[in-house]
Amino acid sequence: MPMTKTRAKSGFALGNIGSMASQGVVLAVVLGFVYLLFTNTQENLALRGIESGFTFLDKEAGLPIGDSLIAYTPMRSYGYAFLVGILNTLFVSVLAIILSTILGVFVGVARVSHNWLLAKVAAVYVETLRNLPLLLTLFFIYTVVLAALPHPRDAIQLVEGVYLSKRGFYLPRPLAEPGFWSFLIAALIAFALGLAFWRWAALYKLRTGKTLPGFWGGLGIFIVLTALAYLITGRPVGSELPVYAGFNFKGGLAMKPEFASLLIGLVLYTAAYIGENVRSGIQSVEAGQIEAANALGVSNAVVTRKVLLPQALRVTIPATTNDYASLVKNSSLAVAIGYPDMVSIGGTIIGQNGQAVEIIAMWMAVYLTINLIISLGMNTLNARVQHAER
Amino acid sequence: MRNLVKLGAIAAAAMATAGAVSAGTLDKVREAGELACGVSEGVPGFSNPNSDGDWVGLDADFCRAVAAAVLGDASKVRYVPLASKQKVLAVSSGQVDMTSRTTTWTMKRDSAEGVDFTAVVYYDGQGFMVKSDAGITSAKEMDGATVCVTTGTTTELNLADYGRANNLTLEPVVFEGKREAVDAYASGRCDALTTDMSQLAAFRSGFADPSAHTILPEVISKEPLAPLVAHGDNQWKDIVTWVIYGIIAAEELGVTQANVADMAATSTDPNIQRMLGSTGDTGGFIGLESTWMFDAISAVGNYGEIYDRNLTATLGLERGINAQWKDGGVLYAMPIR
Repeated sequence: MPMTKTRAKSGFALGNIGSMASQGVVLAVVLGFVYLLFTNTQENLALRGIESGFTFLDKEAGLPIGDSLIAYTPMRSYGYAFLVGILNTLFVSVLAIILSTILGVFVGVARVSHNWLLAKVAAVYVETLRNLPLLLTLFFIYTVVLAALPHPRDAIQLVEGVYLSKRGFYLPRPLAEPGFWSFLIAALIAFALGLAFWRWAALYKLRTGKTLPGFWGGLGIFIVLTALAYLITGRPVGSELPVYAGFNFKGGLAMKPEFASLLIGLVLYTAAYIGENVRSGIQSVEAGQIEAANALGVSNAVVTRKVLLPQALRVTIPATTNDYASLVKNSSLAVAIGYPDMVSIGGTIIGQNGQAVEIIAMWMAVYLTINLIISLGMNTLNARVQHAER
Repeated sequence: MRNLVKLGAIAAAAMATAGAVSAGTLDKVREAGELACGVSEGVPGFSNPNSDGDWVGLDADFCRAVAAAVLGDASKVRYVPLASKQKVLAVSSGQVDMTSRTTTWTMKRDSAEGVDFTAVVYYDGQGFMVKSDAGITSAKEMDGATVCVTTGTTTELNLADYGRANNLTLEPVVFEGKREAVDAYASGRCDALTTDMSQLAAFRSGFADPSAHTILPEVISKEPLAPLVAHGDNQWKDIVTWVIYGIIAAEELGVTQANVADMAATSTDPNIQRMLGSTGDTGGFIGLESTWMFDAISAVGNYGEIYDRNLTATLGLERGINAQWKDGGVLYAMPIR
């Protein structure tokens, strides 16, 4: 049934000149205040002989950064160093959002599970994590859990080339060898074929009513074709193993303990909130629907996937938008455990440069941008699921 | 996060206060009846709260000396603990009247960040501490090592410079606070800890087994540590500068906390008479009472006494280059006349 949309009446109705005038005055006062603040700041900075403006961004940074996604040396500029920080913030935020969503959905479903043990474990998890300050959780993970791992020279070897130590988690780094690009293209084609089969199976079911194993069939197509392509192109993916030499492991891919602590802390903390959103979403679905589905003989798994979650997520999404925004802001706690996020690197630049006003403005601009983008995306998603009104 | 809020507040203060610089810090301090003195968040020997919650250390003593000279009472100090990245901003925004907190005198800070340095109270240099069982004897052997360091300091830049200059790959782990950096080093997260030599000694003395840690011989930088005042208030800068010179000169002239009253009454040395206000009015040059140095020395003693009390007795630090120029050091107070 289509929903009729009603819009709240706009305050800017014609003929309401008085209202418009008063709003204009308020706007002018606000803008005037902002202008005053701006000029006053400029004056004060000049008076104290403090440099202002953004020209410092081109100057050599000289500061060391321990963990960077892009190649960085201290010879690069302040602007580039700040960019490294933004990327680190984004990287940890995006990963944490994805993982906390997966864990959160699982926790939310577990909370309302009929399995007593599962429900209680989930409840204890949610109550513990929600009621501890995130900073405390981070310190605990960093200084207690990860610091208890052995020194790199006695690192725990999980399998060949995979090591766990208090300096981080080391993996072999995949290396592209000749023929890699043809292999990559072949793999993409295999992926598209698998996807096409899955879609076709769904359409076939609609047309004929017969069920084909669409997902598993598609996955099989993808795996078999990719494996064939890998052999035909002459095994084009090599690997660089991390080797312990001198003080640390050299080579390979490393996940530093600062990053790991921050990621784990953010995921555990945010997943507790998302779990509660999911639980409230599930409980908002009328029990009658579940009973009806059960009465039709639909299995529990399908009821959860096809009846419960699609409706529950509509309630869940707006609250989760807030949690995503909080997660991004909470990532600034990185500074406490030594992960070089945007706030940490910006703070260093302030310490060396004294231009706090500019850096704080940049922090605000970046956080605002990230969170507005998240809001926009989530609102779009929300609008899309709202179309399927029950 | 808390520090972030504090930093924001200081920046906001910098935006909101107009023309506070010309207001005259001396009048402000007298009116408030106390000296707002920025100190560290806790560096043993320099500024660190003791078991009674009182701030003690070489830097804290210079706060007290200035308060004694200006207000006649060394206890009229409000200590404001500042993180590294806040120290310059807190002074330039007027949140504190001065800092006395292991701040390195650099050209950039002195010229372009709204603060002025007064006089050097400690000549330090940056070094490395490693675990003794790592078996290394020189910083040059540290290629590939992980190094714990504090943010917002010259230390961080020196580390990067040293690695570049000596072609060493040093992997930094940068912490907001000294305590976190030391803890991470102690837990084995880093192979080495880098900061000023004096602080390495202070932190080593705090470990359960100090002999398990070795301070490497290389001094990789010059770190002249000096109190900061806001740029633009020349009278206030003169006051802090000359109190420091006075404390250093007192050692040279043999004036101590114990004999200062005798000296003021009976000394025939014109240098001592001028400094302690028995003749002339050196205090008047900087807008203070003629007993300014008498009060300061009565409160904290001379430089040698301050050093022995805070650094030698507790941390076992030698005087090194921080000896008087006559003893082969670099301490050289300008003539008070």
